[in-house]
Amino acid sequence: MTRRPTFLLSVLAFGFAFFYVPILSMMVYSFNASRLATVWGGFSTKWYGALMSNSQVGEALLLSLKIALVSSTLATILGTLAGIALVRFTKFRGRTLFSGLVTAPLIMPEVITGVSALIFFLLLAGWIGWPAQRGFTTITLAHVTFSMVFVTTIVQARLLQSDRAIEEAAMDLGTRPWGVLWDITLPVISPAILSGWLLAFTISLDDVVITSFTTGPGSTTLPLLIWSKVKLGVTPDINALATLMVLAVGLGVAVAGVVMNRAEARRLADERLAYRAQG
Amino acid sequence: MGWFHRRGWRDLIIGLPYLWLVLFFLVPFAIVIAMSVATKTPTAPPFSFGGAHPWVNLSTYQRLLTEPLYLRAFLISLTNAAATTLFCLGLGYPMALALTRVSRASRNILLMLVILPFWTSFLLRVYAWMGLMGKSSWFNQGLTSAWNWLVPADWAVTSLPLMHSNFAVVLVMVYTYLPFMILPLYASLERLDPILDEAALDLGSRPWQVFLDVTLPQSVPGIIAGGLLVFIPAAGELVIPTLVGDAATPMIGRVISDQFSQARDWPMASAVAVALLALMVGPTMLYSHYQARAEGTK
Amino acid sequence: MADFLQIQGVSKSFGPFQAVRDVTLSVAQGEIFSLLGGSGCGKTTLLRMLAGFEDPTAGRIFLDGRDMAGVPPWARPVHMMFQSYALFPHMTVEANISYGLKHDALTPAQRRDRVREMLDLVQLTPTATRKPHQISGGQRQRVALARALARQPKLLLLDEPLAALDKKLREHTQFELMSIQARTGVTFIVVTHDQEEAMTLSDRIAVMDRGQVQQVGSPTEIYEYPVNRFVASFIGAITSFDAEVVARDAGFLTLHVPDFGGQVTTREADFAPGTRVTLALRPEKLVISKDRPPGNAVQGVVKDLAYFGKDSLYRITLASGALVQAHAVNQARGAAMVADWDDQVWLSFQPSAAIVLGG
Repeated sequence: MTRRPTFLLSVLAFGFAFFYVPILSMMVYSFNASRLATVWGGFSTKWYGALMSNSQVGEALLLSLKIALVSSTLATILGTLAGIALVRFTKFRGRTLFSGLVTAPLIMPEVITGVSALIFFLLLAGWIGWPAQRGFTTITLAHVTFSMVFVTTIVQARLLQSDRAIEEAAMDLGTRPWGVLWDITLPVISPAILSGWLLAFTISLDDVVITSFTTGPGSTTLPLLIWSKVKLGVTPDINALATLMVLAVGLGVAVAGVVMNRAEARRLADERLAYRAQG
Repeated sequence: MGWFHRRGWRDLIIGLPYLWLVLFFLVPFAIVIAMSVATKTPTAPPFSFGGAHPWVNLSTYQRLLTEPLYLRAFLISLTNAAATTLFCLGLGYPMALALTRVSRASRNILLMLVILPFWTSFLLRVYAWMGLMGKSSWFNQGLTSAWNWLVPADWAVTSLPLMHSNFAVVLVMVYTYLPFMILPLYASLERLDPILDEAALDLGSRPWQVFLDVTLPQSVPGIIAGGLLVFIPAAGELVIPTLVGDAATPMIGRVISDQFSQARDWPMASAVAVALLALMVGPTMLYSHYQARAEGTK
Repeated sequence: MADFLQIQGVSKSFGPFQAVRDVTLSVAQGEIFSLLGGSGCGKTTLLRMLAGFEDPTAGRIFLDGRDMAGVPPWARPVHMMFQSYALFPHMTVEANISYGLKHDALTPAQRRDRVREMLDLVQLTPTATRKPHQISGGQRQRVALARALARQPKLLLLDEPLAALDKKLREHTQFELMSIQARTGVTFIVVTHDQEEAMTLSDRIAVMDRGQVQQVGSPTEIYEYPVNRFVASFIGAITSFDAEVVARDAGFLTLHVPDFGGQVTTREADFAPGTRVTLALRPEKLVISKDRPPGNAVQGVVKDLAYFGKDSLYRITLASGALVQAHAVNQARGAAMVADWDDQVWLSFQPSAAIVLGG
């Protein structure tokens, strides 16, 4: 009865080809000497050179990273608090509204979030004079708002799985309430907090739509820069940029994978040792 | 019974995120709802809550329901989103199922490969397809040769009009949202006990019957979760139709954006947004209904 | 009649690992036959080959005269009750039971009748419309049984049928299984690691170890006349001593047992004088007394005793240092027990009670 699922495996192979052929094609064409991005004209690395000498790209990348760093950190703090609040406080005034507010941004189409944020900022500027200009601050505020709920979702799931008794055990052993938060609760959910932060960081770094509504003159993030170029059509230097980004992400994921595998292997070895020690 | 019962902590933990979401999410959204019943003016800002009683102007909604531009955009968005969801399901389901059938070691690597495109820039993934679909690209030329070989000689073309078509929009949406379909499906399929398959085989069912009777019904929550994760962003998609779509078949995201920035009709942009969101509520309720039921059976 | 199920020289390897080695068994129609052994002994693999989930690497399986080679699981008149029960969580009790019937040419009415009959058989009619997660563990076990029996299989395979039940329910279910088997007449093959379960349930037992059948026989044969040390120690408690055959007379064997510091007499077994053998004694066959009884006897000191109510278990150290287990039934209420901690006692046994094994 050990039949190989041939059909399933061929669909899987097709699916991965579908995933990666466009990306690989884009990477290959980044080494294209021709100005026409889709016709092969010999091997060249000149587009990488062009990319390096383009100061706009560096500035945009720096701004994107700054926004992603600040917004994901704030989103992680707020999102974690919201997750703890929803799991540990089963009763407080306005809890229904609160849990609605935490899920709504997840299903809100980005374009609506973007438009509503822009109208909000424009009206606010008219009423109280702030924000006089849109840019780093307004983009960051918008990013925090829509990425914190992802952190909440992850933290909430982890907290629901964790054993409540360990918190009670800590209190039973004489730890004060805030000590429990620092010593027990936060360490237990720390993997969830970390992956929440990572997710918020990526979402912020990648966002086009909301950023395009909340940005102002002079504040061009990397996705906005790509967006403005790509709207005009396919250009070879974008291929080069894309290749570098794919390689950076691939490298990051590979390193993370190796580290995680090592940790997993060590955990397994420890467990085996523990078993042997038991006899 | 806990650190959280201390008043100060409790207020801080609930209060901070609550305040933030009210200020930066609820208030802006309430403004959008209010805006949808305002009147467009040529002033700056371009609206007013018209002088006359009852200060509520429903004509925007009336236009929304009667002008073909809006109805058509809604229809196109919903059909495109539905088509994307179906294609994602058709391709993603066998992929997710295949992932549960490969060895543990290769499974982790393959799952990583499913997630990897998600970590690379969304814009660049759309851009990759722009390169492939362009008239002179190897992909388009290859498809063109296949087409010319398959169809009668007088249908032959020099290149296929892939770019700037509704087909391109759906194709690229399937491409970008496929991981959102595969991951929840995989999660729900991976939980299934393979012993149940054996039990059904043992009771006389052939493999395809086992799939229909045992696997498929148990993966319904995964199908719904994946379907929603694809359908909702696809219905409101703005970037993909702008880059690869065709101006004659606008999707609703584009309409909101254009009404707002180009026509400077804030009330109309708001009304369309409110209507789109209202359409999203139905499927979401369905999802949370299933979610609640799934938790009930545990 | 004994040819109903024939397993002929069946082996199964997974890569270099031989799970089942050259197993030959035959089972009669209507029998309850148990495969008994520890984990990894190959009993489950053998069961899965009968169900058709695994193909034998070598050997053949005949069921009712038909060679089962290459017959897929869905085409076999063999149904299985899975250890985890494997009930379909998204179907009601009723739907679970009727699931297999949809493959039979039955009218809806016939199918309904059959399901009702099955529900009746396992006394689950009141829970027919519930889902598996809404019923108790014992009820789930009965649904699994009813589902497997609904299509009237020629052979019912039961994988650790009682393992998931608590002790009280287990005893009750054991008898219920036997009565259902008697009423349906279906041949049962039971896989179990629990010797008590195998003893009470089965007509015959095959004891397995490391992929091989060690002994086949009725529960009494297996318990009283084990053929080797593995079977003797796997079934019930036992204490073994090294011994050497001194003499073989009509009906008797005289052994020299160093731990006893002398000779003992047992019933005759096929060993020549001078052969090294093992003398095995079951705790309940040993009699504890303060004074030396006639016949086989050895002296020791009570090191430990455990009171179980109906009986007591003694651990007695012999002069050689060997530790022996003995059971004594507590016949009179409140009467002093036979012996107390650190008492000097005599252990004795009848010649017919001793088990003599080669090696």
